[in-house]
Amino acid sequence: MSAPATPARVAYPPARRAPTHPVRQATSRTGYVLTVLAFLLPSAIPLVAFVLAPMVAALWISFNKWNLLAPMTFIGFGNFAKLLADPTTGDVFLHTIYYIVGYLPLVFVGGLVLALALNTALKGRSLLRGIYFLPVVTSWIVVALVWRWLLSPGSGVVNTVLGFVGITGPGWWTDPVWAMPSIILASAWKDLGFVMVILLAGLQAISPDMYDAAKMDGAGWWRRLFSITIPLLSPSTFFVLVISLINGFQVFDQVYAMTGGGPNGASEVVVQQIYDLTFRYGRAGEASALSWMLFVVILAVTVLQVRGQRRWVTYG
Amino acid sequence: MADAGVMRAVSPVVKAPRSREARIQLAGFVVLHAVIIVGAGIMFFPFLWTIITSITPGASLTNSPALIPANPSLEPYLRLFRERPFGQVVLNSVMLAAITTAVQLVTSSTAAYAFSRMPFRGRGVVFAVYLATMMIPLQVLIVPLFVELKYVGLLDTYLGAVLPTFASAFGIFLIRQAINQVPLDLDEAATIDGAGHFRIFAQVIVPNIRPALATLTVFSFMGSWNSFLWPLVVLRSPELQTLPIALAGLQGQYTSDWDVIMAGSVVSVIPMLALYIFAQKYIIEGVASSGIK
Amino acid sequence: MKTKLMAVIGLTGAAALALAGCASAPAAETGPVTITYSNFISNGGNEANLAKIVAEFQKQNPTITVKVTTLPYDAYGTALQTDLAAGTEADVFDINGASSYAPLQANGTLAELKGVAGGVYNKALLDTYATGGKQYGLPTSFSDVVLYYNKDLFDAAKVSYPTANWTWADETAAATKLTNVAAGVWGDHQPVTYNEYYKVLVQNGESFLNNDGTKVAFTTPGGIKAAHWLVDKSGTTMPTIAQGQGTADFDTNLFKGGKLAMLHTGIWVFSAFKDTPANWDIAVEPGSTHSASAVFSNAVGVSAHSKHEAAAQKWAEFLAASDTTVNVRLDAGWELPTIADSKKLATYLDKGKPANRQAVFDAAKAIAPAPSIGANQSQMQDIITGELVEAQAGRKSVEQALTSAETKINALLKG
Repeated sequence: MSAPATPARVAYPPARRAPTHPVRQATSRTGYVLTVLAFLLPSAIPLVAFVLAPMVAALWISFNKWNLLAPMTFIGFGNFAKLLADPTTGDVFLHTIYYIVGYLPLVFVGGLVLALALNTALKGRSLLRGIYFLPVVTSWIVVALVWRWLLSPGSGVVNTVLGFVGITGPGWWTDPVWAMPSIILASAWKDLGFVMVILLAGLQAISPDMYDAAKMDGAGWWRRLFSITIPLLSPSTFFVLVISLINGFQVFDQVYAMTGGGPNGASEVVVQQIYDLTFRYGRAGEASALSWMLFVVILAVTVLQVRGQRRWVTYG
Repeated sequence: MADAGVMRAVSPVVKAPRSREARIQLAGFVVLHAVIIVGAGIMFFPFLWTIITSITPGASLTNSPALIPANPSLEPYLRLFRERPFGQVVLNSVMLAAITTAVQLVTSSTAAYAFSRMPFRGRGVVFAVYLATMMIPLQVLIVPLFVELKYVGLLDTYLGAVLPTFASAFGIFLIRQAINQVPLDLDEAATIDGAGHFRIFAQVIVPNIRPALATLTVFSFMGSWNSFLWPLVVLRSPELQTLPIALAGLQGQYTSDWDVIMAGSVVSVIPMLALYIFAQKYIIEGVASSGIK
Repeated sequence: MKTKLMAVIGLTGAAALALAGCASAPAAETGPVTITYSNFISNGGNEANLAKIVAEFQKQNPTITVKVTTLPYDAYGTALQTDLAAGTEADVFDINGASSYAPLQANGTLAELKGVAGGVYNKALLDTYATGGKQYGLPTSFSDVVLYYNKDLFDAAKVSYPTANWTWADETAAATKLTNVAAGVWGDHQPVTYNEYYKVLVQNGESFLNNDGTKVAFTTPGGIKAAHWLVDKSGTTMPTIAQGQGTADFDTNLFKGGKLAMLHTGIWVFSAFKDTPANWDIAVEPGSTHSASAVFSNAVGVSAHSKHEAAAQKWAEFLAASDTTVNVRLDAGWELPTIADSKKLATYLDKGKPANRQAVFDAAKAIAPAPSIGANQSQMQDIITGELVEAQAGRKSVEQALTSAETKINALLKG
């Protein structure tokens, strides 16, 4: 009745398939396609309907002049041309990249060290993990208040401590040069727990047997770190890096809460500009165009990362 | 000995630190503890500050917060629940977050299984399209999405609030990475036993990715719990309101009651923290009971 | 005598309202209607007060039901814009001041309100929401900015209290005497922002835009002097940014703590200062060549797409100027109603601290008109505040900052 299965598409991995098994024989090519669809459609339908469709709509809006209030008028690439001619566009991209370059190494190395440390037989580590996770769940409104206070130029804790060792602290978020470093510091602090949680889950998926075997071979702690932990953790590491970059390009909440993009636009980032253009400046067409420019940049960076993963990410 | 610990060798169970290496390890152990505990203090401080402000009636934002409240009182909490329907608001948020989380666990793990275990032509491209859904800021999607929901008649409904969150590329990616780490031998053994994809998924893969599922539970719940922009525009009836919007409502046009705002923040953080601690236990037990060895 | 007077005022008010009702042009509907009202004004503690006004309105108009949606102030604009884009806006919705009104009106989102009883309202406030002689919004409340002063600090420094006749020179002289950096006491505080700058320009006889609104007009000697008036306080009589100036609640906390002698801020902090131990009062802000105060108002408009325009306008008028609203607002201390009849507002004068509440009304007699440039309004405001802060922090001279603002804003005005 059923057509013979196409071997290469039936099971995974194809080479070791048991060829004469009854279940396999019943699985036709159509059956396989239906199975794939059964696994994919529950996610594909909402993504297409509620993300991809609005994305395409945004692409259409990007070719129009629109202030949300009056009907839109088609202007071709007018919005893109305007954005490219506006020096603010370059500035907000530069500020965003500055943010990523500062934030990513801090949060990644910090989160990795934290995950390794809290994966040991530490007393009360459940509680400690909970505490390190606290900033992740605390709202940016509160976190920004606290950090603005800690980094207050005059009487802030950080500058007071720096004063003890004879350093005159900078103006932090009130100073155009130090505004972005202030945001980076607060963001890394807040997101440490996020990276920690993902890497902890990755660490816990590594079998203890691997370590036992390595110890029997006389491998020391560093050796085990570099020959077992880091390679086996690489899928989680890869995930953290990709996600952090995608999110980093879309940094907004912390900038809005800490500096509002100030002083005088010194820490203004891409998504903030998108928000302002849409809801405050009545230039939704330009906002959509800017979003698509951002999209292309993020996509390019992610594709590079995915291409590069083959060199260092080990699965299974 | 269920814990997989890269630093188990330096734990206190190491007996008689006689060798030079063992002494260094002990020193490392002490330093590590000290750093971790001091770090925890730094991480905890803002929350402590939040709690203190929340029990200081009439508190304002001062340049140097008092660490001992002048007249501690639970008045701000009482005001929170007396003056506004905060009980209802918390309930709404819990319900929406629970639905989002449950649905995302299913949609993420099934899609991740397909991306990890079911080869088909164009799989890489489809996965890239999935990832691409994370690459455009929500701020610019809000208006088109709102118009779309208007046409299907779901504005101001719970369904309209949760539908766009039913699938998460973040969750799919997270789970895919976890499934990729599960050895293929397990699938093969099940295949020989006559299992199809549905059985392999349910009986082999899911039990082996429990840490990742627990992680996703925390993040899905948190995503919904904290989401602001979409619930703000889609839910308008007061009885449908969610926690972040109610909290934002505590800030006035000109002035704000910081004590009540901080009480609201504490109320919003506690359930998330509880969920994390619960999920964390599950992560450990999950590994312990799974057949990875 | 007094009772009689109040009764007469009450009757006049009712008559005016009845007149307003009669004069309304849109045909009255028959049968029950439900209108929606989207607001932020009641957010943050006045939800119950708004409910009282709604209840009274529904009692007087049994065929109309008002469905209220209250949104957080910060997020209201986002939600309103989304609604307007999708055509789902409420029948009646709040308008956050003159700068929000301009683009809404220009894009035809607001229905013309016909037959509004103009005499009921404070004329300047009503005119803020009229364009080309037609009314498109009704002011529902207002606040103004006054000069707060700490009497104890003035007494200790033997400086006489501010009066309505003070000028900038008097303020500077007093602030200098009152400032005692060693004791942590500062003489003055005035935010370095757009909202202050457009006002002090008027106080100095200058204007923000040229006559036809095509270019800015503040890079004149008088405009530069006005900017110096704000910027130069920082570090002399007012704390610097590095000392915390400009952060949330910094100025009000300083004043509450008895460490600030004079403070320029809105009347919305009355309640926050209620329990302050220090003796304090208010005065109309000093001017330079002119007297001018900043007034911030909120308004309501009726959607141009409303299917129940008549009922919607009826509610808008009731919300803006009914006796119920006046009484509820005055009793609750919930911003001031925008009616013209000062006798109805009389009880406000006896509501306790500060003693000189008359200054609130006096300030509203000489309003510094806020410049309005339409769609790019928010961006223009951001530019001015950003550049002034550059000058305040000493990264630019006042002249450089204003020139830079001039270049950027003129580009915006060109479109």
